[in-house]
Amino acid sequence: MSAARRCSPPRALAGLFVWHLKNTGIRQIPCRFVHLWRVANDRLVTFQYFTFLKRMYVMQYNKDLSQRAKPKSDSVAFPFRELQQLDQDKKIIHEIRRISPVHQPLSETSSRKELREMKSAAETEDSVTPVRAESKEDRQWKEMKLRLDDLPGILARLSKIKLTALVVSTTSAGFAMAPVPFDLTCFLLASLGTGLASCAANSINQFFEVPFDSNMNRTKTRPLVRGQISPLLAVCFAASCGVPGIALLTLGVNPLTGALGAFNIFLYTCCYTPMKRMSIANTWVGAVVGAIPPVMGWTAATGSLDAGALLLGGILYSWQFPHFNALSWGLREDYSRGGYCMMSVTHPGLCRRVALRHCLALIGLSTVAPVLDITTWTFPIISLPINLYISYLGFRFYRDADRSSSRKLFFCSLWHLPMLLLVMFTCKKSFLEKEDKGDLLGGNHGRAMEIRLP
Amino acid sequence: MAAARTLRGGGCCRHCRLLFSSSFSSAGGGPTAQRGERQESAGLGFSPPAHSRNDWIGPPDKHSNLRPVIFYVPPEESPLERRLREARQEAQASDQHFWAQHNRTFRQEKEEFIYSRLKAKGLEMRDETGQKATLNAEEMADFYKDFLSKNFRKHMQYNRDWYKRNFTITFLMGQVALARALRRLRWKKKNVGNQ
Repeated sequence: MSAARRCSPPRALAGLFVWHLKNTGIRQIPCRFVHLWRVANDRLVTFQYFTFLKRMYVMQYNKDLSQRAKPKSDSVAFPFRELQQLDQDKKIIHEIRRISPVHQPLSETSSRKELREMKSAAETEDSVTPVRAESKEDRQWKEMKLRLDDLPGILARLSKIKLTALVVSTTSAGFAMAPVPFDLTCFLLASLGTGLASCAANSINQFFEVPFDSNMNRTKTRPLVRGQISPLLAVCFAASCGVPGIALLTLGVNPLTGALGAFNIFLYTCCYTPMKRMSIANTWVGAVVGAIPPVMGWTAATGSLDAGALLLGGILYSWQFPHFNALSWGLREDYSRGGYCMMSVTHPGLCRRVALRHCLALIGLSTVAPVLDITTWTFPIISLPINLYISYLGFRFYRDADRSSSRKLFFCSLWHLPMLLLVMFTCKKSFLEKEDKGDLLGGNHGRAMEIRLP
Repeated sequence: MAAARTLRGGGCCRHCRLLFSSSFSSAGGGPTAQRGERQESAGLGFSPPAHSRNDWIGPPDKHSNLRPVIFYVPPEESPLERRLREARQEAQASDQHFWAQHNRTFRQEKEEFIYSRLKAKGLEMRDETGQKATLNAEEMADFYKDFLSKNFRKHMQYNRDWYKRNFTITFLMGQVALARALRRLRWKKKNVGNQ
């Protein structure tokens, strides 16, 4: 019931909120800040979710691919867990795993291919100065002076803005699935607060990992690594995002959501990030980090932590494993050299088992959804094909344990999650339907209830 | 001297000591002797322009993948600022030393592993086309696992040091920024008062 919702709506914030993702009209606005933002972020994501993902990965590929391609001037962090990294989640910062280059044909089973890959990997590692890989600009000495024009772009990269966007979209999914009437103000506040918290968590993560990021191909173009911003400024930025973000969630939405947000930032920056270098258990902590944002979306809408929230969190939690484990399979060399403790390096069998296990868990969780009255029974039926497909790929990965199966599984996870959430939303059990049913069953009791409520 | 050795080319100790003065006992009064001037950076093959009052950061080092920084020594450097600069220099030298040595070890051990595996398979290091033979990812996985567990303790130690240094330096940066802001405020007030 709406009485349970605790979204105290402040005024007019929604109207002023500029979400860069979808606002193409912004280019006409003669606002200096927007102009700077646009100039610095020409490559801002398109609103189209999937295309966005594809572009992100393709760019990443090009960058990492062979270090022979001209590198993009932007560093596009490829969040390996970013998709599920619902903002504040520590997971958000999942390191973007280097994905094998897309333009290699998918029939990668020939040993020649492996050999070539190894050669290119060896080459890039052996070459003392990968001149072709880095742009000429990157080989020059730069003055460590912060230019205001560059700042928006730098902060966007520092906060892993694309990952943050994905996290916020998972939060929106959680909000949308909640069985309450849709409140736009609450929705926008929750999204904004979550986004800010995510930015803060990502910035702190980068602050903690500078020398390690320098040594990994995927992350060596980050702002702190390149000296584009000082650590002090990074921390100040994180504080100036995190504090208002959590405050917004606590005061503007509800304290439960704020607490979850703060907890998630803590889990991500103080548990997941150091644990990455200490024990393989970091993967499970990271999965929790990724699961919390949709829970936050749900609690923002309903004000309480019920079974539906936990189910959504559970789905995101399970999804993390095939996504990350498949991704990390191709990054074993960098992890080994960088000193990261990941299952794919230390316990490869476990890595594949866990991925398969959680693919199957997704099927189970999808079946539980109608039992909890979150969706209709069409949801498990419609989602069965995609869940079966990812389980199949998980099984192939488990059995073959090679690069091509890991890539296939990873790519599948990229479209699997948005599609699953979309199907879930379309199969959402209308809460009016539920209320009607309640009235029918309750009869007089129901009417009496209605009168009592304000 | 180890850090000096790991920088490009040997024999640049004399110049490097100016860069990493606090790390070496022979440094003497290196940086202080050059107040208002930029430290020598002959070892890095680059000299920032004389008029610049900022630090300069260079391309990643080929061994450590870390980017070296040439620090600017202002003429009126306060003790606090000097502490900050020296902390950063020390951190830079220490990180450079660690990663250069670590990466070199990795490359070496990887080569040895490939060589021993190829020999076990009865193959040569170079195939008929003259290309270097390599192993596929699954075969290399054993090496990666081994290397990671061998160096675990070393990484733990480095992590502790890195976190400590990072916090110290950032905290010092905060103090310096605050001191500078207060100084500017006082100077402005003085100017306004004089007029």
